[in-house]
Amino acid sequence: MKTVAIWTVVAVVGAVCWGVLAIARGETISALWLLFAALCSYAIAYRFYSRFITYKVLRADDKRATPAERLENGRDFDVTDRRVLFGHHFAAIAGAGPLVGPVLAAQMGYLPGTIWIVVGVIFAGAVQDLTVMFFSMRRNGKSLGQMIREEIGLVGGIAALIAVFAIMIIILAVLALIVVNALAESPWGVWSIGLTIPIALFMGVYLRRLRPGRVLEATGIGVALLLLAIVSGGWIEDSGLGETLTLSKEWLVLALVVYGFVASVLPVWLLLTPRDYLSTFMKIGVIVLLAVSLIIARPVLQAEAVTDFAREGTGPVFAGSLFPFVFITIACGALSGFHALISSGTTPKMVAKESQVRLIGYGGMLMESFVAVSALIAACVIDQGLYFAMNSPAGATGGTVESAATFVQGLGFDTSAQDLAAASAAVQEETLISRTGGAPALAVGLAQVFSQAFGGGGQAFWYHFAIMFEALFILTAVDAGTRVGRFMLQDTIGNVWKKFGDLSWRPGNIIASAVVVGLWGSVLYIGVTDPLGGVNQLFPLFGIANQLLAAIALTLCTVLLVKHGKLRYAWVTGIPLVWDLVVTMTASWQKVFSGDPRVGYFTQAGVYRDAQNAGEVLAPAQDQGQMDQVIFNSTLNGILQSVFALLTLVVAAHAAVIIAKAIRANGLPTTEEPAVPSKIVEPAGLFPTAEEKRAIAEHERLVGAGSGRSEAEEK
Amino acid sequence: MTAALTRAWEGVRWYLKEFTGEARWDDYVAHCTEHGHTPMSRYEFERARTDAAEKNPISRCC
Repeated sequence: MKTVAIWTVVAVVGAVCWGVLAIARGETISALWLLFAALCSYAIAYRFYSRFITYKVLRADDKRATPAERLENGRDFDVTDRRVLFGHHFAAIAGAGPLVGPVLAAQMGYLPGTIWIVVGVIFAGAVQDLTVMFFSMRRNGKSLGQMIREEIGLVGGIAALIAVFAIMIIILAVLALIVVNALAESPWGVWSIGLTIPIALFMGVYLRRLRPGRVLEATGIGVALLLLAIVSGGWIEDSGLGETLTLSKEWLVLALVVYGFVASVLPVWLLLTPRDYLSTFMKIGVIVLLAVSLIIARPVLQAEAVTDFAREGTGPVFAGSLFPFVFITIACGALSGFHALISSGTTPKMVAKESQVRLIGYGGMLMESFVAVSALIAACVIDQGLYFAMNSPAGATGGTVESAATFVQGLGFDTSAQDLAAASAAVQEETLISRTGGAPALAVGLAQVFSQAFGGGGQAFWYHFAIMFEALFILTAVDAGTRVGRFMLQDTIGNVWKKFGDLSWRPGNIIASAVVVGLWGSVLYIGVTDPLGGVNQLFPLFGIANQLLAAIALTLCTVLLVKHGKLRYAWVTGIPLVWDLVVTMTASWQKVFSGDPRVGYFTQAGVYRDAQNAGEVLAPAQDQGQMDQVIFNSTLNGILQSVFALLTLVVAAHAAVIIAKAIRANGLPTTEEPAVPSKIVEPAGLFPTAEEKRAIAEHERLVGAGSGRSEAEEK
Repeated sequence: MTAALTRAWEGVRWYLKEFTGEARWDDYVAHCTEHGHTPMSRYEFERARTDAAEKNPISRCC
């Protein structure tokens, strides 16, 4: 009875928040309505929908031993406390994506983005993470690619493998592009991010030599040094070093490529692992800080609910109309295919009890969605003239405060050149005009929310604090991604050339690392030098690629549901799959075939080629060299876009054949491991229920305390 | 009140030690004591753990 009352209250609060958002037109409203609408929706979805999927659709069975219990080896297979694994999984899935996408999508207003983030995560993103994790867990933690090869077929498997690798390269390049845009011409940013390298090296040596294993100590020292690095950036800027550290985008690309290569061949303990500790603690700290400050500061939304750009598709941040482009600009936070790589493989090998995938898979993704909503709020509470001046490419704003003010006034904002100059002075940056990529705009939003919440100004500190934390975990993702890409490459080529697949063969490591870094480095360079603006051009490619990967993952899940004879529940992954295919294929079609040169890559290339043949130079290109560049980049982007879409269609077509077969046969055999009885008793959710407490006490009385763990360890 | 605070502090400490993997060493020592083995040095133990991480790259998403 009490629970019914609680859930009724949650439902009513959620409904009221959504109602306020729906009715509010032309008046400013508090951002907290957005926050609580999201939180109440998550609570209800977790309580009811995830429960339905876990127990009715997937039939998680706690009497079955998980791979962690059966194959425990203390390394990759390791029974891990559900709360700890939740933290690990969340740290692995959430990065810069849920922060950046929503900031860019804010050009269409706060409502489309919020609705997609909340509805998308509940019915698509969290469902994907949960089901992939469950199916991988039932197969001893096999990877997404392996499962596709075994369950759909070799051709589908190869298509998926190529897609995963190519998509990873694009993702790394776009992430690196965001860092470059945030650090270019910013000596403060370059100084504090640069210092993270010696700090991480110091922590690495500390953990290896000085005090082995004392991770908390080392991380505490590291975080303190990191804060010092941020503060000291303010002094550096005014000193003689400021000039030296003002780096152009091209130099930053070179620095990142060299760094990425060195980091991926160095032993992990020296750089990657300590940097990861730093970035994880910073990440969780900032997210908690942001949630608290939003509630203290209660900022007011400056953005409109739905802007004209949503209706007309003429937005300067990225081109294209609301459908399909809001849905691909916001990938992480609503539906991210990349999560399928982490939900298969790493995490499922550590789950203690089957039912815990609900908390870790579905719950972890809801948490990421919450981060996305917070980022969207941060972008919508800043002055919207400033927002567009920051996020529109230099070709549109002209690059100076005067031209940018004219530009945003043309969009209908009354932001003056003095306002724009004051905004950059407040955060002690040379300029904020056309600082695209989302990270700087988010940092301005966070600085505003934090200084509003805690008082005392300090906008410049908070701005660089936010830039530092975004750059820190983007760099961690780039390090880790390069290494994962290197392993994939070595593994794949190892099938035909055995020696190359040997991970301890140094030349193989170096060649594979160089190839991976070279690939994302070239895409990064293309993006950075693109006259039309790299973010504007590449971000759609990134979003579509990520969601095509989601389509592949959801296809696998749907195939497995049908193969397991659960046709009547196939809609659970089938509906998000169809939706995702419609969105990504429409977007791909428009990016490839649209006659609008701002949207269609080939039309864009064609317009510039015609102009070139006529001997003209089209703005924003400034000379024939830049004309060539636009033509080359747009053609390349168009080709990549088509290849990704075709690969996904190959997987989907193969899957359709298998599904048809399985429907006729009323299910097909799968590679699921046979059930083995479990000896571990543990709660399913975050907090144990009264019944679970009784069961644990009973179990401990019968077999002695902590039996699950020590028994597994004896093997 | 103090008891609740102590418990909360213990909880946070437990979580952080588990989360960072520091607790693995305590588990190992406890395991050795229980079975009467002499544990290896912490240096050797952590070294083996980090070397295993070399072949098992962490994935970090966007």
